[in-house]
Amino acid sequence: MDFVAPKIALSGIAPEIALAATALLVLLADAFIGDRPRTLRPEHGSARPGSGILGNRWHLPLLSLIGFGAAVYLALDAWDRVDATGATTQFSGMIAVDGFSVFVKITLAVFGALTILLGHEYLVRRDLEEGEFFALVLFSVAGMMLMASSADLIVTFLALETFSIALYVLVGYQRSRLDGQEAAMKYFLLGAFSSTFFLLGIALVFGATGSTNLYGEGGITSFLATTPAADLSLLVLGAGLLIVGLGFKVAAVPFHMWTPDAYQGAPSPVTGFMAAGSKLAGFAALLRLLDVVLFPLRWDWRPLVIGIAVVTMIVGSILAVVQDDIKRMLAYSSIAHAGFVFTAVIATNDRGISGALFYLATYGLTIVGAFAIVAVLGGPEERRTRVNDFRGLFAAHPLLAGILTLLMLSLAGVPITSGFVAKLVVFGAAVEAGYTWVVVVGAIASAIAAFFYLRILVVMYMVDAEVAEEPKAVMGPLSIGVIGLSAAATLVLGLFWSPLIELAEKATFFAGP
Amino acid sequence: MNIEVVVFGVSFVVALGSSIAMLFAKNAVHVALFLVAAQVALALTFLLQGAYFIAAVQIIVYAGAIMVLFLFVVMLLGVDRREALIEPLSGQRTIAVGLGALLAAEIVYVAVKGTEFVIGGRGEDALVTINEDPGNVKALARALFSDYLLPFEATSVLLVVAIVGVMVLARRMGHEGFLRETTEDEGSEGAETDAEVPA
Repeated sequence: MDFVAPKIALSGIAPEIALAATALLVLLADAFIGDRPRTLRPEHGSARPGSGILGNRWHLPLLSLIGFGAAVYLALDAWDRVDATGATTQFSGMIAVDGFSVFVKITLAVFGALTILLGHEYLVRRDLEEGEFFALVLFSVAGMMLMASSADLIVTFLALETFSIALYVLVGYQRSRLDGQEAAMKYFLLGAFSSTFFLLGIALVFGATGSTNLYGEGGITSFLATTPAADLSLLVLGAGLLIVGLGFKVAAVPFHMWTPDAYQGAPSPVTGFMAAGSKLAGFAALLRLLDVVLFPLRWDWRPLVIGIAVVTMIVGSILAVVQDDIKRMLAYSSIAHAGFVFTAVIATNDRGISGALFYLATYGLTIVGAFAIVAVLGGPEERRTRVNDFRGLFAAHPLLAGILTLLMLSLAGVPITSGFVAKLVVFGAAVEAGYTWVVVVGAIASAIAAFFYLRILVVMYMVDAEVAEEPKAVMGPLSIGVIGLSAAATLVLGLFWSPLIELAEKATFFAGP
Repeated sequence: MNIEVVVFGVSFVVALGSSIAMLFAKNAVHVALFLVAAQVALALTFLLQGAYFIAAVQIIVYAGAIMVLFLFVVMLLGVDRREALIEPLSGQRTIAVGLGALLAAEIVYVAVKGTEFVIGGRGEDALVTINEDPGNVKALARALFSDYLLPFEATSVLLVVAIVGVMVLARRMGHEGFLRETTEDEGSEGAETDAEVPA
C-alpha cells in the first residue's frame, strides 16, 4: 500500500493561514521593534507615548491590520471561486469552502481589526505590552474562522480550543486587575468544562455514525441519508452535548454563568471582541451543524433549542434589569441577544440562516462600539463602569452621549437602527417557520430589555446637581474612529439594510456531501 | 534459550524491581527516576508484543512528558522537603490495599482467560496480523499525514497559542501595576501612584 499524498488546496483556509502567519510575524517583530519589557526600564515615566497617533508604537498594530486586510482579500478570492464553481470541501473533506464560511470570515476579520485599533490605544494608555495581545487576537480570529468553515467535528473542536485559549488569556491580560484575573480563571475553568461536553458529544456522534466528518464519503450527512431513522438516540444525545459545548461559547442560558464575570473583568476592547466574535463563531458552527447537517433530525433537536432560546431571552433580559454595572448589564444583554439569534436557528430555513448572519454582523458592530465607549470612560482599571458613573455624561461629552444613545437604542431594537432590522429579520424567519409563540416571547423579552437600555439613557441625560464626579472620556483618534464607525454602521444599516441582507442571503449556501 | 524470553525476563525484573523500589525510596526524585525505569521496562514488553506504537507512546508520553512534569513539580516544591508520613485521609491505606487487590485480581483473570477475552475472537496473534498490513505505526502515520493533515497542523497552531498564553500570564509583572493615565482618583486608595502624568 503506497502512501497517497492528500490533495492540498489552500484557498479554503488561506485567511486563517494569513492570520496565523501574521501573528507569528508580530511575535517576532515584537522582539526587535516592540516595546521593551518594563522591568528593564530604568525609569518608569519614560514610557510615555509621544504625540501623533499614539506615539511611535504603530508598527505592530499596522502589521496586524495588514494581516486582517490580507485575510479579507483572500476570503474574497475564495468567494470568487465558490461563486464560479460552487461550494466544495478541501483537505480531505475537513474544510468547507462555501458562501456561508466566506461571509463569516470577512465579518470576523472586521471585528478583529476593530479590536486591534481599540486594543492599541487601550494598551498604550495603560503602558502594557502589546505584541502578545495582537498575536492572541490574530490567533483567536484565525480559530474562529476555522470554526466557521470546519467540515469535521475534530477540526471544529481544535478551532474552538484555539480561539478559546486565546480569549482566556486576553480576558486576564491586564494582570494588575484582580477582577480580571478572577474573570480569566472562571472563564478558563468553565470553558474547559464545557469543552469536555463538546468532546463527549463528538465521541457519541462518532459512535452513532462512525464518522466525525460532516459531508464526506461515509460522513454524517450521507449516514443520515442512507440510514433509516430508526436508532438515532445516540446521535441525538451527541448532538445535544455539542449544543451544550457551543451554547457555552455563545453564552446561552443555562450555560451563561461565566458571562457577566468574564465580560466585567476583561479589558473592554476584549469584551467587545468576545461579544462580537465568539458569538459569531459559535453560531456559525451551530448553524452549520443543526440547520444543515442535522437538518433531517430537526424534530429531535428543535424542542431542546426552543427551550434554550426561550429561557435565554427571558433570563438574559430580566437579569440585565437588576445589574448595576454597565459591563455586567451588557453581558446579560448579550445573553438575551444570543436567545434572539436562537430563534433564527430554530427556523431552519434559509431566511433564518441569512437573518442570523445579518443579526450577528450588526450586533457585533454595535457592541464593539458600546464597549469602546465603556473603555474610554472607565478609567485605567475600569472601575468607573457603574451605571451611576455615567451620570451627567451628556453635559460632559454631548456627542459621546448621543452615540451611546444610538447604540443603546440599536441594542434595544428601536427603529432606524440596525438592531431593529436585525430583530425583524430573525423574528420574521421564525414566524415563517411557524414558531410565532417563540417570537411573542422574544418580543416580550425585548420590551423588558428596553427598560435597562433606557435606564442608562435616563442617567446619562439627567442634569443632576449631585454629580459626584463628572464622567471623563480619555480617548485618542483610534477610539474615536472605532466609535464613529460603529455608530455609522448602526445608523446606516438601520436605514439601508438591504445590501447587507442580500449579501447574507447570497452567501447562504453550504458545501454538500 | 529464546532471546525474547531473556529480554522479557530482564524487563520483568527491572519493572518489578523499580516498582518495589519506588515504594521504599525516601527521596521524591528517586521515586520519580524509579518510575521512569519502570515505564521504560514496560515499553520494552510492549515492543516484545509487537505493539510498536504503544511502546513509542509509552516512552514519549509517560517516560518523557509526564515524568518531566512530575520532576518539575517535585523541584518546584523543594527536593529537600521531608514528606509527612501521616495520612491526610483516614483509612486511605486500607482502601488502597483493597483496590490494589482488585486490580491484581482483574489482571490475573484476564491473563488466565487469555487474549481472546480481550481482543475478541481474533486469536493469539491478532496484533501480529494487524501489524503486518500495513502496520500499526504506518497506518497511523498515513491517517495523520493524509486525511487528518489539517487537524494535525491546526494542533500545532493551538499549541503555539497555548505557549504564548502561558508566557503572557506568567511574565513578570514589572511596573504595569502602575497605570499612567490622567483620571480621577478612582475612589480607591494607593493603587494609582502616578497620576501626575498629563494626558
